[in-house]
Amino acid sequence: MMVTLKELTTEELLAPGHRLCGGCGASVAARMALKMTRGPTVVVQSTGCLEVATTIYPYTAWRVPYAHIAFENAAAVAGGIEAAFKALERRGAWKDHVDVIVFAGDGGTFDIGIQALSGALERRHDFVYICYDNEAYMNTGIQRSGATPYGASTTTSPAGSVIPGKAEWKKDFAGICAAHGIDHVSTASIAYWNDYMTKVRKAIEVDGPAVIHVLASCPRGWRCNTSDSIKMTRLAVQTRFFPLYEIEKGKYKLSMKVPKPLPVEELLKAQGRFSHLFKPERKGELEKIQRWTDENWNRILSLCGEKPEQPPLQPGPA
Amino acid sequence: MSRESDHNGGGDKRMKTRMGFTGDEALAYAAKQSNVDVVAAYPITPQTIMVELFSEYVANGEVHTNFVCVESEHSAMSACVGASLTGARVLTATSSQGLALMHEIMYIASGLRCPIIMGVANRALSAPINIHGDQSDMMGSRDCGWIQIYCENAQESYDWTLQSFKIAENPSVLLPVTVNLDGFILTHAMEGVEVFTDEEAKTYLPTSKVECRLDPSKPATVGALCLPDYYFEFKKQQDEAMKHVSPVLLKVTEEYGRLTGRKYGMLEEFETKNADVIIVCLGSTAGTVRSVAKELRSKGKKVGLLKLWLYRPFPSKEVAAAISEAKVVVVLDRALSPGAPYGALCQDIVSVMYESKTKPIVTDMVYGLGGRDITPPEITSIYEEALIAAKTGVVKEQVRFVGVRE
Repeated sequence: MMVTLKELTTEELLAPGHRLCGGCGASVAARMALKMTRGPTVVVQSTGCLEVATTIYPYTAWRVPYAHIAFENAAAVAGGIEAAFKALERRGAWKDHVDVIVFAGDGGTFDIGIQALSGALERRHDFVYICYDNEAYMNTGIQRSGATPYGASTTTSPAGSVIPGKAEWKKDFAGICAAHGIDHVSTASIAYWNDYMTKVRKAIEVDGPAVIHVLASCPRGWRCNTSDSIKMTRLAVQTRFFPLYEIEKGKYKLSMKVPKPLPVEELLKAQGRFSHLFKPERKGELEKIQRWTDENWNRILSLCGEKPEQPPLQPGPA
Repeated sequence: MSRESDHNGGGDKRMKTRMGFTGDEALAYAAKQSNVDVVAAYPITPQTIMVELFSEYVANGEVHTNFVCVESEHSAMSACVGASLTGARVLTATSSQGLALMHEIMYIASGLRCPIIMGVANRALSAPINIHGDQSDMMGSRDCGWIQIYCENAQESYDWTLQSFKIAENPSVLLPVTVNLDGFILTHAMEGVEVFTDEEAKTYLPTSKVECRLDPSKPATVGALCLPDYYFEFKKQQDEAMKHVSPVLLKVTEEYGRLTGRKYGMLEEFETKNADVIIVCLGSTAGTVRSVAKELRSKGKKVGLLKLWLYRPFPSKEVAAAISEAKVVVVLDRALSPGAPYGALCQDIVSVMYESKTKPIVTDMVYGLGGRDITPPEITSIYEEALIAAKTGVVKEQVRFVGVRE
């Protein structure tokens, strides 16, 4: 059951006036998620854009209790908080259940924070982990992460005359989380607000850990117009570049069918980080990305128990 | 895990329950009696016994504690900080590489004023890898803003763990504490330890009264970004809190002494009055030094011992007062500060004595790295040589290694 606009609270738990960039997808992801809380909630954050731009002392944009400790440990911190409230409850020093929501970027999640996250998922702490994925270390100036797509130019995977941007593919983060056997893992895009927000509420209601991987654009890093921020995260879905699905207790389910996918070029050409791929000599790279997109889509379809919608393309020149 | 106990009845109201404990077990037992809400820890030799014994208490329902068996020391300290922000009483324990892995978050624990207690089984750092006792691990994190206490034996491990909660949770302090035990020498050696009954412990140390800073009814932001306009003030406040430690510690040890007959403080002096030579050290070595000093005193030699319980904040005035009349002060450093003028402890002693009107000769002996024993004959010869230096006013080497093959 999807949430509807009318049901949404007008209360903003992430207050306006923070210092995130115009068009920042992370703020949209956090704001939407906080509209789905069900009661007393504590937010934990890993170091990143969302943290530095919302908590510049003596100001804060957070109207919920909020803790930021470091970069790689948000899941461990959340686990400690959850454990403490339970212990306090056990000895009668605390009454209400507290929901713990983590917001962490792709750097703090895919890379430096994956150990702490894996540990916290395995221990089955009751918390929701939302990874806002803007596909690079944007806070420190657009360096590549394990979530950066193949071919994207970043400041540590620059498009050079020899190497055309990032040489590795995006990690299957949802798959890694699902392998922990937890009740809820899903992917989402801020362009599909009701799908995302419904998943947030589902994740909160899970008794145990839940993970949401939400694509959240960064116009600075993606080299696109700030006004196209939502459009970019919609294009990623419509090209099947970023499939939306959920994995409940190991069972995959497609959240959004894309019957008439746009060519992945439509997404790539809209973002400056891929512009070098449009040189004639890089044509093979575009084909490679299209092929990966098709294969990944079919992989997800088969995990969802659905038939492949098109035969994978024949391998082209590398 | 009581290996033996004998309750002495009679009119003496002081506790007389004795248990056979290793240093690790004594710390775990104290934690069990401390109403700890959360323990988040990762096992590492020679700290493992603490974690194992505590998980037995949890498994047997003897404590209400939520035991979070994390996947690394980094996550242990991170979970402890998160838990502590709710006002819960929090404890962890580690050693060596584990402490080094926690290093980053230790600064955050003190910076966010989390009164966490951590047992540290002092052990050498790699490389080469070694699991035995020295104090390089804690010395590597000495500037992390934690109160640092060193124990001489298992009894002190028990006593300081209980007292540490009172010091850490004092509203004027709110700083984390490490209770240091020499690896194996203390962590694994069994001794008789006098303990509180559970009832007595509950009276001595009621549940935590620390404020919850993540209360949904009073939303607050913890861990905000502080730029050059505010960061410095936060650090100044933290330093002010450090200054509150000594008076609070003295009150706590005073009360504890009244209850148990065991009186602690910032430091312990043995025969320092009129001593020509004083050895200064931390931890279990103090026991060996004391026994040698006792023997030499019986032969009329004017030697003494200064043992520091409290290493951070450094009790500068008290240390200066204890050693300024001596002719020679020998500092025993069970840690190496490569490239530094002295070992860590000796650097502090030299700094403190700079202000003193009378200036003894200070020499540094680096000893016991990687668990190398220091023996009574070695300490005897350290005293003997220093007594000669006291007469001649000449020392051969300012810094020396003791017990190493060269």
